[in-house]
Amino acid sequence: MTEVSAITTNIQRWQSAAALLAMVLTWQIAASIAADRLFPGPVQVVSVLLHEAVRGELLYHLGISLARVAASLGAAILIGAVLGYAAGRSRRADVWMRPWIVLLLNMPALITVILIYIWLGLADTALVLAVALNKIPNVVVTIREGAGRLDKDFAEMAELYRFGRAAMLRYVVLPQLAPFFLVSLRNGLALTWKIVLLAELLGRSNGVGFQLQVYFQNFDVTHILAYAISFGVVMLAIEYGLLVPLERHLLTWRR
Amino acid sequence: MATLMLRIRIEEKTFPGDDGQRRTIFCPLSLDIADGQVCVLTGPSGVGKSTLLSIVSGVDDEFSGSVSGRALPVGMLFQTPRLLPWLTALRNIELAVPGHAPDAARWLAAVGLKGHEQDYPQRLSGGMARRVALARALAVEPALLLLDEPFASLDQATAQAMRRLLQDSFAKRRPTTLLVTHDLASASSLGDRVIVLEGSPARIVRDVEISRRDEAGSARFRLGNSTQ
Repeated sequence: MTEVSAITTNIQRWQSAAALLAMVLTWQIAASIAADRLFPGPVQVVSVLLHEAVRGELLYHLGISLARVAASLGAAILIGAVLGYAAGRSRRADVWMRPWIVLLLNMPALITVILIYIWLGLADTALVLAVALNKIPNVVVTIREGAGRLDKDFAEMAELYRFGRAAMLRYVVLPQLAPFFLVSLRNGLALTWKIVLLAELLGRSNGVGFQLQVYFQNFDVTHILAYAISFGVVMLAIEYGLLVPLERHLLTWRR
Repeated sequence: MATLMLRIRIEEKTFPGDDGQRRTIFCPLSLDIADGQVCVLTGPSGVGKSTLLSIVSGVDDEFSGSVSGRALPVGMLFQTPRLLPWLTALRNIELAVPGHAPDAARWLAAVGLKGHEQDYPQRLSGGMARRVALARALAVEPALLLLDEPFASLDQATAQAMRRLLQDSFAKRRPTTLLVTHDLASASSLGDRVIVLEGSPARIVRDVEISRRDEAGSARFRLGNSTQ
C-alpha cells in the first residue's frame, strides 16, 4: 500500500467512526427530548444488552438464530449453486427451471414460511427449508450468470492437459465462480437472517425472532433494540471478520 | 524412413461470419506428418493456421473429417498464453504435470523465469506469460507439440534463447511438432518441413522439406509433393 492510499484509508476510517458517533449522539439527544419508555436512549439499550449477555439469555437465543441462518444459507447456496450451474451450462435446464425460479423469486417469504409450517409442522427442519426456499432462487440466478460466463479457453486448456474432473472443478471452474459465490453469500446473509427472525416469530419457541415477539407483546422497546443491535453487531463481525478476509484471500491474484 | 503418424483429413471446417453466413476455412485439407517431424506452418494472418492447430490438438472437434494417430501427451502453446490468473506461474505448470513439481520449476528456469515462480500471471509481461505457457507445453514431455507463434512478443535475445531451447527439446525427445510462425528464420532453423497455407478456403500452396544442414554448412531445400 502506498503512503498516500494508507493516509486516505485512515481518513476514511476516522470519518466512519465520526459518522457512527454522530448517529449515537443524535439518538441520545432525541431520546432525552422524548423522555418516553417507548423511545429509550443508547445508554439504556446498551446496559440492557450487556445485562442480557452476562445472564446468557441473549447469547443463547443469538446462537440458535445464527445456527439457523448458517443451516439455511448453507443449504440454499449448495442447492442453488448446483441448480444455477446447470442452468448456466445447459439451455434446456435453464428453460425448465426458469418458471420455477420466477415464481419463487416473487413469492413473499411470509407465504413460504406459513405453508411449510403447515405442511411440515413447527420444527427447525421446516424453518430451515422455508428460509432456504426463499434464498435458493437468488443463488440460482447469480450462479447461473457466472456459469454462463465460464471461459471456454481455460476449459480447452484444462482438457488438453488432462486436468481431470476434480482439478478442473477446483482450479478452473470454482475460481471463476468465486466472485458470484461471494455475492450470493453477502446478499444471502442479509436476506436470510431477516427471514429466519420472521420464521422464529411465527413458529419457534427460541431464537432472536421468538424473543422479539415476547418483547413486542410487552411493548419492551429497550429489549427489542438491544436484540436488534446485538444481531447487527454479529452481522458486522461476520462481514469484517469472515467475508472481507475471505474475499481478500480468494481474490489475492487480482492485486 | 520415419513411420507415418499423424493423419489430418479435414473435409470441411466453417466458422460463423459477422454477416450471419458461415465462412469456410478448410474445404478440404489433408496433411500427413511423420513421427518426430517438425512441421512449420506459415501463411497470411487469418488463413486458418491456429484453427488447424486447435483441430489437431483435439480441442476443436466441430469439423467434418478426422485426425488420427494423435500421440499423447499433447503440449500446446496457444495463441494466447491461457494461464490461470488465480494461480502462480509455477502452479500453472505443476497442474499440467501433477506429481512432478521439481520438473515444473526446472522448466520455468529453462525459459529464463527463475525467481518468478510465485508471480501471478497479471504481474508478468506478455512475453514472460508466453514463456510460462511454453514451459508448461514442454513440461508434459509431449509426444505431440503444437506451438502457435512461440516467439511472438519476445525480444530478439529471448527469442533466440527459446529457439535454442526448442532445438534442444526436438533433438532430445523428437516430439511430432506443428509450429505456426510468420518468422521464416525460425522456420528454416527449426523445421524439417515448411508448409505454406493460403487462400479462402485455405489450401496448401507450398510443402517444402528441409534437409538438415550438410557438412559445408549450407541448408539444402527440397520441394516436397504438395498434398493439395
